[in-house]
Amino acid sequence: MKAFTTLDGLVVPIDRSNVDTDAIIPKQFLKSIRRTGFGPNLFDAWRYLDEGQPEQDNSKRPLNPDFVLNQPRYQGAQVLLARENFGCGSSREHAPWALDDYGIRALVAPSFADIFYNNCFKNGVLPIVLPADVVEGLFRELGGSPGYRLRIDLAAQTVTTPSGATHGFSVDEFRKYCLLNGLDEIGLTLRHADEIRAYEARRAQREPWIFGGAA
Amino acid sequence: MNPLSLYEKLWQAHVVREEPDGTALIYIDRHLVHEVTSPQAFEGLRLARRELWRRDSILATADHNTPTTNQTVIADPVSRLQVSTLDQNCREYHITEFPMGDHRQGIVHVIGPEQGATLPGMTVVCGDSHTSTHGAFAALAMGIGTSEVEHVMATQTLLSRKSKTMLVQVEGSLPRGVTAKDVALAIIGHIGTAGGTGHAIEFAGSAIRGLSMEGRMTLCNMAIEAGARAGMVAVDETTIQYLQGRPFAPHGDQWDAAVAYWRTLHSDEGAHFDRVVKLDASGIEPLVTWGTSPEMVTTVGGCVPDPAAETDPTRREGMERALRYMALQPGMPITDIAIDKVFIGSCTNSRIEDLRAAAAVVRGRKVAANVKLALVVPGSGLVKAEAEAEGLDKVFIEAGFEWRNPGCSMCLGMNDDRLSPGERCASTSNRNFEGRQGAGSRTHLVSPQMAAAAAVVGHFADVRSFLN
Repeated sequence: MKAFTTLDGLVVPIDRSNVDTDAIIPKQFLKSIRRTGFGPNLFDAWRYLDEGQPEQDNSKRPLNPDFVLNQPRYQGAQVLLARENFGCGSSREHAPWALDDYGIRALVAPSFADIFYNNCFKNGVLPIVLPADVVEGLFRELGGSPGYRLRIDLAAQTVTTPSGATHGFSVDEFRKYCLLNGLDEIGLTLRHADEIRAYEARRAQREPWIFGGAA
Repeated sequence: MNPLSLYEKLWQAHVVREEPDGTALIYIDRHLVHEVTSPQAFEGLRLARRELWRRDSILATADHNTPTTNQTVIADPVSRLQVSTLDQNCREYHITEFPMGDHRQGIVHVIGPEQGATLPGMTVVCGDSHTSTHGAFAALAMGIGTSEVEHVMATQTLLSRKSKTMLVQVEGSLPRGVTAKDVALAIIGHIGTAGGTGHAIEFAGSAIRGLSMEGRMTLCNMAIEAGARAGMVAVDETTIQYLQGRPFAPHGDQWDAAVAYWRTLHSDEGAHFDRVVKLDASGIEPLVTWGTSPEMVTTVGGCVPDPAAETDPTRREGMERALRYMALQPGMPITDIAIDKVFIGSCTNSRIEDLRAAAAVVRGRKVAANVKLALVVPGSGLVKAEAEAEGLDKVFIEAGFEWRNPGCSMCLGMNDDRLSPGERCASTSNRNFEGRQGAGSRTHLVSPQMAAAAAVVGHFADVRSFLN
């Protein structure tokens, strides 16, 4: 996994609540058996005026000029500013894959849906929860300032605005450690393989029917 | 001893080790696998040269891409490759799979319980958010992402943190014509789609105990639509009776030992919950969603709400956007909304009880002339066979419905079953998001019998008037 330490990134706002993972990456692109290449289809139904298909040349499709990702001031954005319950719905990891492939490295919102929040950490994308009034303030500041950037420091757990205001955020120690170091969680877990086997032996004593499949 | 909630019992029984910050390795008993979220996980295993930890924990099936018509080969080459990749992976790793064409194939959340592969006291995961369905069996069941699918394949564990707990208590008896689907929508309407975020929900109370396993699965299925990764119901006689004799369930002495343990899987008297929500079953009515989030829901006798009455600006804009997308006017009676298509199916409502309830409304009636397509998609090959043995297929076909083969179908339209732009559907599925059933599609979530009633009159109608 890619490490995340600090980021000074251009911010793009998605100003609606309950953005679901069907919106982030529509179902037709889930037919891919790969992990990469979803960036051109991030927010596909909002971003283009036609209906996207997998394995299509997206450069020839008509863009929706009203959608933020198509506006010149947001080109090259690495931070996505969002509203409540971002990433709700389907567990598709294709959503953080698409965000990452597009170039988004961090998200800031008042709340995220659980599965999406979790999936972000597995892909080196940092989801940051800030209080609703702080997020509201960021939306306001950004509206009037083209080129609006946020500076994010994971080790210090801070988000700093262009005016120098700094907001702290919380993150689980273990997730922070993995993300700062870009660690492979499976490799870490397999260091405890003996403990897993010992647990299995205890369970097999107590609940033997869990093991062995169909009779 | 400290009284424990059902969730705490399940959690404690599965902790392998715990880090100082509360991150725990929890053991996974059952891993359900389908074609959409698994190929990258298998590929990850191969690239890292890792073994599969316990192949007998896995049950696999193809469901999202499978055609529901009588095709034996999938026409779309991209879908076909995804399904054949699952078949190949299952062969390579010696995993039990019900592939396309197997009479047991179906929606993963229907076949797990049907096979007895989902058992009380288990941790159940699947790369699919509707894995919460399996909590109906007092299992700790959660949807996971593909990286976690790979983690479970390689280690049989999941890195997780203990959730907060929420008790949703529904007391009283449900009025006639009101189903588990309406209970689920009523709860979501009450607490909102983020109401359960960070929580595991236990559904309890006399109305829940009165539900069949099918009804409890419908309810737990929709826990994720309330934001909760897991929903669950305590074990009782209904649970035990459902499981007896199923292929993956224990037999003989092991059955007796299992039942003795399963009977302990309920919240203790006085157990602590971080949040308690109470609903009166007798006050719940048949519900219909009007917007693009499952919390945008009202009674069949109600009207489309007016965003002008909403004081919160973000919510108001959300309502306005939803009404534009859905092409509805504030104040319009729900029963005036005409529909183009009907979908009875999905992991929420495709079990035998759902098909019986819909057939009872349809029997002797015809699909309305303005309804272009009315689909019934049974949840599994076994549900389909059972329904056919009862003659339900004939009831639907005579009324003008299409009787299809099992799969996820029009719930999300990864196969050919989709709405065209602008089309409006009465759907028994779980999500009414923009574009969910096809680009530009308009979805109204309802119970199976409400979908059946809408099919025969061509617009939403109060199913209670059909049952008298």
